[in-house]
Amino acid sequence: MEALGSLILAKYNYWAVIALLLIGLYAMITKKNLVKKIIGMNIFQTAIILFYVSIGSKKGATIPIITHGHGDASHAVHSVEYINPLPHVLMLTAIVVSVATLGVALALAMKVYSQYGTLEEDEIREKIMESEPV
Amino acid sequence: MEEQFPIIIIAVPLIAALLITALWWFDKRVCLPISIVAGLTSLVASVGLLLQVLSVGILEYRLGGWAPPFGIVYRIDHLNSLIIVAVSLVSLLNLIGSRTIVEKEFQEKVGAFYALYLLFTAGLLGILMTGDAFNLYVLLEIASLTGYALIGLGRRRAPLSGLNYLFMGTIGASLYLLGVGYLYLMTGSLNMADIAQILPTILPSKVIVLAFILCLSGLFIKMALFPLHGWLPNAYTYSPSVVSSLVAPLTTKVMIYAMFRVMLTIFSIDFSLNSVALRLPILWLAIAAIVMGSIMALAQKRLKKMLAFIVVAEVGYMVGGFWLGNRAGMSGAVLHIINDAAMTLCVFMAAGAIVYKTEDDRLSSLKGVFRTMPVSMTAMVVGGLSLIGVPPTCGFFSKWYLISGGMAAGHYGFVAALLFSSLVNTVLFFRLFEIGYFEPFPSGHAHEQQGHTDARNHSSSIAEAPLDVLVPLVATAVLVIVLGIYSGEIVARVIQFAIPAVIG
Repeated sequence: MEALGSLILAKYNYWAVIALLLIGLYAMITKKNLVKKIIGMNIFQTAIILFYVSIGSKKGATIPIITHGHGDASHAVHSVEYINPLPHVLMLTAIVVSVATLGVALALAMKVYSQYGTLEEDEIREKIMESEPV
Repeated sequence: MEEQFPIIIIAVPLIAALLITALWWFDKRVCLPISIVAGLTSLVASVGLLLQVLSVGILEYRLGGWAPPFGIVYRIDHLNSLIIVAVSLVSLLNLIGSRTIVEKEFQEKVGAFYALYLLFTAGLLGILMTGDAFNLYVLLEIASLTGYALIGLGRRRAPLSGLNYLFMGTIGASLYLLGVGYLYLMTGSLNMADIAQILPTILPSKVIVLAFILCLSGLFIKMALFPLHGWLPNAYTYSPSVVSSLVAPLTTKVMIYAMFRVMLTIFSIDFSLNSVALRLPILWLAIAAIVMGSIMALAQKRLKKMLAFIVVAEVGYMVGGFWLGNRAGMSGAVLHIINDAAMTLCVFMAAGAIVYKTEDDRLSSLKGVFRTMPVSMTAMVVGGLSLIGVPPTCGFFSKWYLISGGMAAGHYGFVAALLFSSLVNTVLFFRLFEIGYFEPFPSGHAHEQQGHTDARNHSSSIAEAPLDVLVPLVATAVLVIVLGIYSGEIVARVIQFAIPAVIG
């Protein structure tokens, strides 16, 4: 029981990330609708963002803003008191990337829709087979 | 000025892309001159950078002046300075030849095309220079996102192929990002050299092995190594021909460079080749890529799709060369990155010129094309001979290094795959030359009946592509031969310093 606890409960953030990764991947592999695939892709990316954000946090630590920096007597900064801001900053960039990816994906999906009149992959495949036999 | 070369190489195309986005609303004609000036500036700066590296050795450029473990650093050594020159040259040559085709294919999107083109080039050049693992991810995505958009500009199945590429590419980049996350978790650093220093203190570690595998599999998807190549053929076939002649020579090669950089600088070559039992499996994957790419190229009836499958096979050459783990194999792989960029550009540009005129890239529609388009087909012959590996062209020399590397490593499967692929390429290109050179087939041929009866006569009148397409095309064909003649020099002066000294 203790082993189970240390494997699951103490590392719950990793399990959440793994679950989200698999949900995203599952949607991308099995769904036939292109928008559902795009949603799956976004979940997949968000899982990794969650992974980074969760490794930056610490128990009992606060946000990394040094409140008594100015004026007061100088005072040692203990890194244990503050959560690690670097993964969060990295994820700002990753969020921008994932938003941009989503934008490009939706734009392409719109182009596909205006071309074939549907977003279902199997219907698109049928239309391709009709219009241009190999 | 000289010390600012690394940032000039990236910043100039980046700023030019923004300028074009702003200015093309007023006048579409400014796009091409601005792009060419930006491409030329990049090329001049990258040649300058190569000369600097040759004279003083490894350079470091600190962005914003921040010292390495904290700030982002661009690290230029013999390996990437050479590839930077190749990438900016390929991009510029293709850009010069783009005007006519761009005006024909996307009238209203000229500005968007050139802005994306420059952003794509800037992203690739950034991947080549960066010494920061996370920065590599960001630049990877800049290059990929612009690549998806460029491919989506095409007609017919292009948007769908672009979307499939986007799905696969995003999974690849995300896996790489996850790998970098594991590395950060263990080392607390993102700077490649810094990580490399910290790693020996925490090895052996399962997390590091996992990080290595995640980074590699992400990059394998991005470079389209055989079982993960699904996105490539359609994306390269249906994209506009200017785009496929930009993306096909560059993307896969830069991703292979990124793999080598990860193996070499982050994880150290000893860990990559010996600590994880991946060497043989990846070599066999490379062999599968070469064999399957060649076989599938044989099955294609469309010119561009055939060339796309040759790209899949070529990826196997380079990945295999690196994982042979000896000096000859690695030199061959680095040399092949350069050579393959030149010869893929050559065949894809020639295909672009042919498709521009014939409006059809089915092999059966290329009858008599030698007579109507002698210059384009001559370039195609040069590129084809190079892909086969005929001596005066550059393809022979890198293949020679790869084969001798395979012999030295005692891995005869790889040698056999290379020879098999050369033979298949011979069949592929001589079939193409036969269709193009000799008399048309009897009119009862299957493809003639599909309503493809435009009045194009197969007479001997010359109907070449316009001059601004032909000039860079001929330049590329000459480059393929010149690279072949000087390949000994390139290996002796540059590439041998790019391979770590521990490799015997």
